[in-house]
Amino acid sequence: MSQNEDAEIVHFDNVGLRYGTEKEVLTDVSFTLYSGRFYFLTGASGAGKTSMLKLLYLAQRPSRGLIRMFGTDAITLPRDRLPGFRRRLGVVFQDFRLVPHLSAFDNVALPLRVAGVPERDIIKPVTDMLEWVELGDRSHARPATLSGGEQQRVAIARAVIGRPDMLVADEPTGNVDPDMAIKLLRLFEALNRLGTTVVVATHDVHLLRKVPDSLIMRLDKGRLSDPTGALRYPPRRTVAAQRPELLLR
Amino acid sequence: MNLLSTITGDRRDEWRERASAERRLLPQGQLSGPMPWVIAIMIGLTVVASACGLALRNTAHVASADVAGGVTVQIVNGAPRERDRQAQAALAAVQAAPGIASARLVPQKELDALVEPWLGTTASDDVNALPVPALIDVRLAGTADKAAVAMLRQRIAPAAPDARIDAQASWLNPVFEAIGALQWLAGGLIALLAFATVATVLLASRNALSNHRGTIEIVHMLGGTDAQIARIFQRSMAVDAAAGGIGGLLLGVVTTGLLARQFAALGSGMMTAGGLGWTDWLVICCIPVGGVLLAVLTARLSVLHALKGML
Ligand SMILES: Nc1ncnc2c1ncn2[C@@H]1O[C@H](COP(=O)(O)OP(=O)(O)O)[C@@H](O)[C@H]1O
Ligand SMILES: [Mg+2]
Repeated sequence: MSQNEDAEIVHFDNVGLRYGTEKEVLTDVSFTLYSGRFYFLTGASGAGKTSMLKLLYLAQRPSRGLIRMFGTDAITLPRDRLPGFRRRLGVVFQDFRLVPHLSAFDNVALPLRVAGVPERDIIKPVTDMLEWVELGDRSHARPATLSGGEQQRVAIARAVIGRPDMLVADEPTGNVDPDMAIKLLRLFEALNRLGTTVVVATHDVHLLRKVPDSLIMRLDKGRLSDPTGALRYPPRRTVAAQRPELLLR
Repeated sequence: MNLLSTITGDRRDEWRERASAERRLLPQGQLSGPMPWVIAIMIGLTVVASACGLALRNTAHVASADVAGGVTVQIVNGAPRERDRQAQAALAAVQAAPGIASARLVPQKELDALVEPWLGTTASDDVNALPVPALIDVRLAGTADKAAVAMLRQRIAPAAPDARIDAQASWLNPVFEAIGALQWLAGGLIALLAFATVATVLLASRNALSNHRGTIEIVHMLGGTDAQIARIFQRSMAVDAAAGGIGGLLLGVVTTGLLARQFAALGSGMMTAGGLGWTDWLVICCIPVGGVLLAVLTARLSVLHALKGML
């Protein structure tokens, strides 16, 4: 256990979000995420999971409230510091967002190239990562020629390749078969053991059981509830694994 | 020394690597779409218009230098004796005036040769024929401006009341005016073409931006800096514009060369005077360079503007 195991990595205080003049899709959301933990964000479709992750990966500013990330106020963060923050994040977008004219290999290599990693330090990790998600033989394929599940695995490989401080994944197993879903969760756990804080949004409650040490947040019509006490401090980390039926109410 | 070269070598490698990595983010210079072609046509037309404008300027310059110091004195008098007397007197008056480079009474034979094509016969032999004026060809040291001509007129008038004094440039005035008008035309065309080129480049860069918007957003979300993204985008634009610029320059130069040959075949002294010097060619070569710079600048500004709109 490293010393900053329980260090805060993200803090939301009374956050609200509305798109345009619609009613709020997130209301009074307050929580703290601690470094090195594995979080699930669950809730029905339309509950606001994607919206909350957008706030987390800095693609959206809240309509109100405070967000602190990596110890810094993320709302007043000057524009030129955003790229530095984003490079500490790995994001699996719900719609993948692969670059259509780049091969699977180049898509996975993208975060490393953006960060200026020398080419000689890119080839092996990217090849290994593609092998791991069982796409070693498709590394030259363009996204359009890949199936939904394959694209999702490329997107995941791209999110984890840079060993981010925090991984944010939006329905990362939505398009893969159950075996692959388990395998991808193992990848997230492995990354988590290396120190990455993981946040996985999913509406699939069966997935929650698969990661024994995970903490669970639940969104219900834009409000956050905490059925497993995950967000209390110190977090009770085992309840979710033992009593997932709590989430099925 | 060794250390220094090691360091600079490393840094060069690093730079090259970074550049090649950035090149992989967007497809570069694939010459897709109409952009390079349209730029080539614009640059080609601008080159032709500029070459014509410059050639006209040179023509006017050489021609006006030729006639600038020239003054013609005519003695128009029907009586040959009186005419010759006044001519001699005028010549003497001219030669006595200050600022005269040379003055020459044009011999009768030359005059006959001059008017023969128009009058058909050797006019001076025929007493009943039209009287041919005596002609004095004067070269001034300076320019034959109004003041110089007036000064000459004042000196000649008492000795030769029938003298008519004109600056040679005034004979060519309609020609100079025509050349001037053509120069304005060329200038106007260049301005219009420059405007159209700017518009084309703007449209092309907006088009490219919307084509690559998704990619730009992704690179942005992966932590790409504005400068980094602008650089990638600029480079792909520069490649397109450079291809168009080089094509346009070739097109323009070949066209200009063909035009020049046609005019040279006319064998007119004025047209050969309108040849292009090396400074003119330098100006012409700057046109595609300007086009590329313009393209890069608009690409940069439009991509930075688009990025400003992204969180
Ligand atoms: N860009 C947007 N503009 C307007 N409304 C949006 C936008 N994105 C999401 N919403 C709305 O916000 C609510 C929550 O959506 P979302 O965050 O995608 O939920 P989830 O990911 O849990 O399915 C939905 O009612 C959805 O219609
Ligand atoms: Mg969603």
